[in-house]
Amino acid sequence: MVTSMRRSFNATLKCQPEMFPRVRKRGGAELLFDGVKNHHVTLPGQSDPWDMKQLLAWIRGNMLKERPELFMQGDTVRPGILVLINDADWELMGELEYQLQDQDNIVFISTLHGG
Amino acid sequence: MKCKEGTAVLIIRVNDAFCRSCFKEYFIHKFRAMLGKNRVIFPQEKVLLAVSGGTASCSMLSQVQEGLSREAPKKLRFVPGIIYIDDGGACGRSAEERQRSNALLKSIFTETGFTYFIVSLEQVFSLPTSVLVPGTSDPDPSNPSYKQAVDQYIKEKQTLTEENVASAVAQLNIEDSAYSPEHKLALERLFSSMKTLTAKEDMLQTLRSHLILHIARENGYSKVMMGDSCSRLAVKLLSNIALGRGAALASDTGFSDPRYGDVVIVRPMRDYSSKEIAFYSRMFNVPSVFISGLDTKTHDKASIQRLTESFVTNLQFDFPSTVSTIYRTSEKLHTVMPPQSQTAEPASKCLLCLCTLDTKVGRLYLICLFFHFSELYFRLPSHQDLKTLLCYSCRLTIKDMVSLRKAQNSWVQSLRVLHSSNSFWYVVDDMASQQCPAVSHVMSYKTVFFHLFL
Repeated sequence: MVTSMRRSFNATLKCQPEMFPRVRKRGGAELLFDGVKNHHVTLPGQSDPWDMKQLLAWIRGNMLKERPELFMQGDTVRPGILVLINDADWELMGELEYQLQDQDNIVFISTLHGG
Repeated sequence: MKCKEGTAVLIIRVNDAFCRSCFKEYFIHKFRAMLGKNRVIFPQEKVLLAVSGGTASCSMLSQVQEGLSREAPKKLRFVPGIIYIDDGGACGRSAEERQRSNALLKSIFTETGFTYFIVSLEQVFSLPTSVLVPGTSDPDPSNPSYKQAVDQYIKEKQTLTEENVASAVAQLNIEDSAYSPEHKLALERLFSSMKTLTAKEDMLQTLRSHLILHIARENGYSKVMMGDSCSRLAVKLLSNIALGRGAALASDTGFSDPRYGDVVIVRPMRDYSSKEIAFYSRMFNVPSVFISGLDTKTHDKASIQRLTESFVTNLQFDFPSTVSTIYRTSEKLHTVMPPQSQTAEPASKCLLCLCTLDTKVGRLYLICLFFHFSELYFRLPSHQDLKTLLCYSCRLTIKDMVSLRKAQNSWVQSLRVLHSSNSFWYVVDDMASQQCPAVSHVMSYKTVFFHLFL
């Protein structure tokens, strides 16, 4: 279940860092991600665990279809975009340093211009 | 963390961590406290909830539902209705998109059981001129104070049955999303005649307010609740200063806005940051509909409003007390009322935004000549000069319009709005020196926008 606001999107990513690299994508995302809200992705395996910083870079490179400046600012998300990791504020999880686990549920909510 | 039991799921401000249930309690309590503190909504009063489909207004709707369902005596006591303005025509959305979002919203509204109105913005062209006249707000001496009203209600409540309340609430729902092609074209031309996004957003806000006001008046609603959040109001405060609306800041961003007289705008969500609203919506599944607007996917410098929003949001990121500081400052703003005397005339209001005029005699006289085409000046005393029709900011918005269509009156047939503002005034100056014929017939609200500016 996702909610979204004006000029925003809300993508739920289920990340499955698997041993063998396999990238699978179902659907797209809203507005910046071709209008699809839910993404089910598999991240390629690597020696170190994936952290949020790497995930964001991966999203920018692989999933973002247009206007990257509306989603990201430098290494982190643009101010005004909330990130939930398993329905909890990412500020409680360490923000960019949080290490991803299998089946994590990541939600991006834009609060800019919500009604 | 407060309860020390549950797992923290959210951080608000700098150090306040909340678990899920504490957050819900906190959120609900804040809404009730806001209404209780301000005491402007009386028992059994009809209140219109302005819902745009976004999370803030939908959260407000869910709070009202929650409040009305509680056991007495803590139950909310007013009679709600819902209004949604479909502004797809101004934002360039297709008819299918509009129908789709209208249908989604209709299903949400039907779930609540409240009376609802789904109105398209094109209807603004069929409004009467009375919408531009503020209603009277003279207090009736027999009206009880808030406390007395509540006590009276509690006594009478014993005799009120569920059926009585239900029948009071159940009215015919209105879905007036149909619009004539003429109005649709008029709206499109109105918005395309404006050069800047700033003016478009301002005009959209004005038209929306007029429509909501009209629906509220027609159906007996004395209060309108808006879903503006703290973050949104902080942005609005700064951008209104930049737009030239400094004189009306207190009513534009305060809890209650009494400019319309008989209908009061209240903002119960003004204490919530956008983060709290987003989390609440997500965690407790508040249904909302994403509807793209005028500034969807625009860049940061597209309009004054967008620039201010980007500025405040970025500043908030580095300095988390930015929004709350702006909010606290706005709470200190009050409108200074001029000393009342028995013979004093009521303060003049701007024609479009209905706030008290902040401009003096001067060039405004020239733009007033355009309004000779409408009978709008009929509401001004004859001895008063036609100099005080628009506030500074509305004047700027109108000035942004690119062209004026030829009007039927031959006096204006040769009038053209030229690109540079200097030339604009020269042409008008020229016209001003000629004699203006009096207008004898009453023209409708539609004429103001349709004939004058399109």
